[in-house]
Amino acid sequence: MESSRALARLWRLTGPTGLTQARAMLLGRPCWSQQQTQQQHNSFSSSSSSVPEESDEEKKMPDHMMSTIVNGKEVWVPKGSSVMQACDAAGVDIPRFCYHPKLSVAGNCRMCLVDLENERGMSPKPVASCAMPLAPGTTILTDTDRVKKAREGVMEFLLLNHPLDCPICDQGGECDLQDQAMHYGSDRGRFVGQKRTVVDKNLGPLVKTVMTRCIHCTRCVRYAKEVAGVEDLGVTGRGGASEIGTYVNKLMESELSGNVIDLCPVGALTSKPYAFTARQWELKPTESVDVSDALGCNIRVDSRGTEVLRILPRNNEEVNEDWISDKARFQYDGLQRQRLNVPMAKGAGSVLKPVKWEEALTAVAEAAEGVSGEDMAAYGGKLADCESLIALKDLANRLGCETVQCEDVGQGVPDADLRSTYLFNPTLSGVDAADVILMVGTNPRVEAPVLNARIRKAQLEGVPIGMLGEDVDLTYPTTHLGGAPPLSAKKNADFSLALDQARRPLVLVGANCDPAVMAEVEELFEKRRETIEDGWNPISVLHQSASTVGALDLGYGAAPKAVPEGKKLVFLLGADEIDVPEGAFVVYIGHHGDKGACRADVVLPAAAFTEKHATYVNTEGRPQHARRAIAPPGEARDDWKILRALSEVMGHALPYDDLRGVRSRLCEVSPTFERIDEAPQKATYLGPKHKKGKVGAKTVLRTTIENFYQTDVISRASLAMAKATQARANQ
Amino acid sequence: MIRGAVLRAAAVAAGALTKGGSSALAPLEGGQKYAQALGASKAWSRGYATNSHDHFNIHRDSPENNDTTPFDFTPENMKIVKEVLARYPENYKRSGVIPLLTLAQTQNKGFLTLSAMNRVAEVLETPAIRVYEVATFYTMFNRSKMGKYHLMVCGTTPCMVRGAPKVKQALCDHLGLSDYGESTADGLFTLSEMECMGCCVNAPMIAVADYTKGVEGFTYNYYEDITTKDAVNITEQLRRGETPKVGSQHRSKCEPAGVVYEDKWVPTPEGTETLMGTPRGPYCRELKKEAAEQKQ
Repeated sequence: MESSRALARLWRLTGPTGLTQARAMLLGRPCWSQQQTQQQHNSFSSSSSSVPEESDEEKKMPDHMMSTIVNGKEVWVPKGSSVMQACDAAGVDIPRFCYHPKLSVAGNCRMCLVDLENERGMSPKPVASCAMPLAPGTTILTDTDRVKKAREGVMEFLLLNHPLDCPICDQGGECDLQDQAMHYGSDRGRFVGQKRTVVDKNLGPLVKTVMTRCIHCTRCVRYAKEVAGVEDLGVTGRGGASEIGTYVNKLMESELSGNVIDLCPVGALTSKPYAFTARQWELKPTESVDVSDALGCNIRVDSRGTEVLRILPRNNEEVNEDWISDKARFQYDGLQRQRLNVPMAKGAGSVLKPVKWEEALTAVAEAAEGVSGEDMAAYGGKLADCESLIALKDLANRLGCETVQCEDVGQGVPDADLRSTYLFNPTLSGVDAADVILMVGTNPRVEAPVLNARIRKAQLEGVPIGMLGEDVDLTYPTTHLGGAPPLSAKKNADFSLALDQARRPLVLVGANCDPAVMAEVEELFEKRRETIEDGWNPISVLHQSASTVGALDLGYGAAPKAVPEGKKLVFLLGADEIDVPEGAFVVYIGHHGDKGACRADVVLPAAAFTEKHATYVNTEGRPQHARRAIAPPGEARDDWKILRALSEVMGHALPYDDLRGVRSRLCEVSPTFERIDEAPQKATYLGPKHKKGKVGAKTVLRTTIENFYQTDVISRASLAMAKATQARANQ
Repeated sequence: MIRGAVLRAAAVAAGALTKGGSSALAPLEGGQKYAQALGASKAWSRGYATNSHDHFNIHRDSPENNDTTPFDFTPENMKIVKEVLARYPENYKRSGVIPLLTLAQTQNKGFLTLSAMNRVAEVLETPAIRVYEVATFYTMFNRSKMGKYHLMVCGTTPCMVRGAPKVKQALCDHLGLSDYGESTADGLFTLSEMECMGCCVNAPMIAVADYTKGVEGFTYNYYEDITTKDAVNITEQLRRGETPKVGSQHRSKCEPAGVVYEDKWVPTPEGTETLMGTPRGPYCRELKKEAAEQKQ
């Protein structure tokens, strides 16, 4: 804690560079350079393709780049780029349907045709730019008459069988085919036969299919095979008769199935819960972050009036790439159900009755009178944001209460003063750089499906994956090494060898692992410390809730399963999974009428993550802002504002009145909050931090999540998630 | 006479072309009529399968075809499976999907049940959908119950011009069927249309897949230069369990001995080698002479 405060001071004085240097100095080691791996893994990101400046003629081209001319404009791209990537780097728009940067190249829509020219002359026919590697000395022409005619021909073929049902299609207004038909489509076709019709497929309660609209780009098939890892989708039949489907009646059993909706360039795969609700231009987009797991996936919340109508992913290569989980995408209907929208207090007969805000706050203040701080307890919940967590902690501390804890903080976290003991240290994008991955007592498929897709990507590139704990299907092959540590080298010699040689091993530890398990894991790397790259910390703790890391940063501890006997006043900040014994006066501040609110004596209605400006810290320690998309329902207010008002009524007014004030208080407590959207610098592995203990011989480590679709108050209130649960159970 | 027939056929074909060509430019009404004349609506309402006897490219459970229908390779066939898999590297097992599906189909009396495809996927250690994709792509894999003899009439241009529609009609009338894709009530014959089977010289032709004798005795024979009478005769011989003459019904191979014209075998006229007369010998340039000329 001392060192982090020193860092915060330095940060204010010198800015980010100074901080990096200071941290390096403090740690006594050079910082692990992220640039190396970034170059290897994101060679096609926009930053790596630069256009030479005309004024600077002497600028030398790096060895890994090559030059080409697109429509008369010179552009530099990495060697091995495709023609399309060169056009993208030059800012020339190439129409496309089947190409997607995150999927393999299929080259079957033929919409991206361009002309190529070299010293031998023009290409004999237009070339599909997505599938054509850029050769030295090639000039690209995208605006010739031949290209235009060719694309018009392709478009006419695509529109032959595509129904003219845009007015009743959910994709209308955001449809690639619609947009590109505006450029390359004709106002009439020459086709005189009957249009093809295709049987709709049942892909479950989340993805709606209208297969007649399909143009066979096969993005969904490639996605299912390459990213989601459920090989259920395929192309059956051939030619004009081919259709996309599962052939047999089968759901797409993936936690990432919703992403096919974004991938589909037409209206063949659309969202079932969102069907026929709104047009894209009626919606107000708000950039936010997801709270359904601890990854902090970047999302866009589309709302109209007082309702969130859908949630889409936002690209962030360092966190979620292009994907979000089904829970993040479809749980939004839970924001409309079971909401607490008026303050309530227990009246006669111990029944909660709606009251005015003043009455509710006074009731709390009265209950607190004469209660000593030691008899109070404050618990943060799974979805609590940092602003409200700090307000709750400040209030509790002012009342003399030191029992400030957060639910769903794993028992494996020993020492919240050292950030690196509870963070996903290599960062999420570090998964791409890891050369061996070991999982201990975690199931990323249900705890963080988007991370699971990233690990799968590493596995496909040949990274060995070991698993200690329950042997679950993670959509990719793993080497099962036993139910719990110690990791015996005899069980799988190949994996142990890989671990011995690893320069950048990554051990994914479930947050609920026993401290003894954590100690075993640390011992594993203590032996191999020499081989590990400088500045690389293999410990990656995978938390399950959006609030956990923020709470730990702010000094919260791990909450027990039940409140200890003898507590007289208990604050629950959206904490629903803590049992409160009889006799305690419970103040519930939260947005859903779940278990916690049922037990409460006073209910103070608060805002959900879509209704407030809030900060969440993800499992790698990256603070991100969720933004207000809609207003909280009824009389509900922002959580920290409620606590601020309560503090005044209780006579211990908190020293901040606006969001800026709360956020500067956050920065005071932890420098993390100064650097929004940034993951912490790589933290060098500092050696074992856990006390050794005994791990039961028959222990099988497993995740605590039983049902992926219903883990928090929002998803439990969601109809879509209930249907998904049911569908999965019936499969 | 034969020259006349060729010319007439050409004229008919040309007529059809002009008709088609003009209708593409004509107003919609004419085009629709043309499409209906081609029987497009009828064929399309039947579904969109790749071959003429499977109706859909998706699976529909039926009593004889579902994922619980028992299927496994027999011990003898398992040996063949091993032989097939030995041809491919361990990590490219799925390359064996076509030979294994063929084997499964032949063993399973001519068609692939869902359980048969699943078994193949299991042997190849590949997701089942990858096997379904292959089975639906190729016309020679059947996914619905077949007769013991699968009669396939070639319907591609040379055979069509030489009388394939008449052969189809004769077979339908004889077997009591109304169209391609149907099987006889006794489960002996299934009639299908196939695309060009490379026998254009001996058009028209039918191919017969014989599933009566299992994998060992499986045959897939061509019967070429057939008239309607020959076609009916072949089915009757098959019904009686006899072996019809394989290959051309009227000549030894594909020597210029004659042609099926208007449902009759017409031998090549005396003194000619082809329908159009005697072919010219190959033209060869006299290089030495040309070189001498160039020097001058």
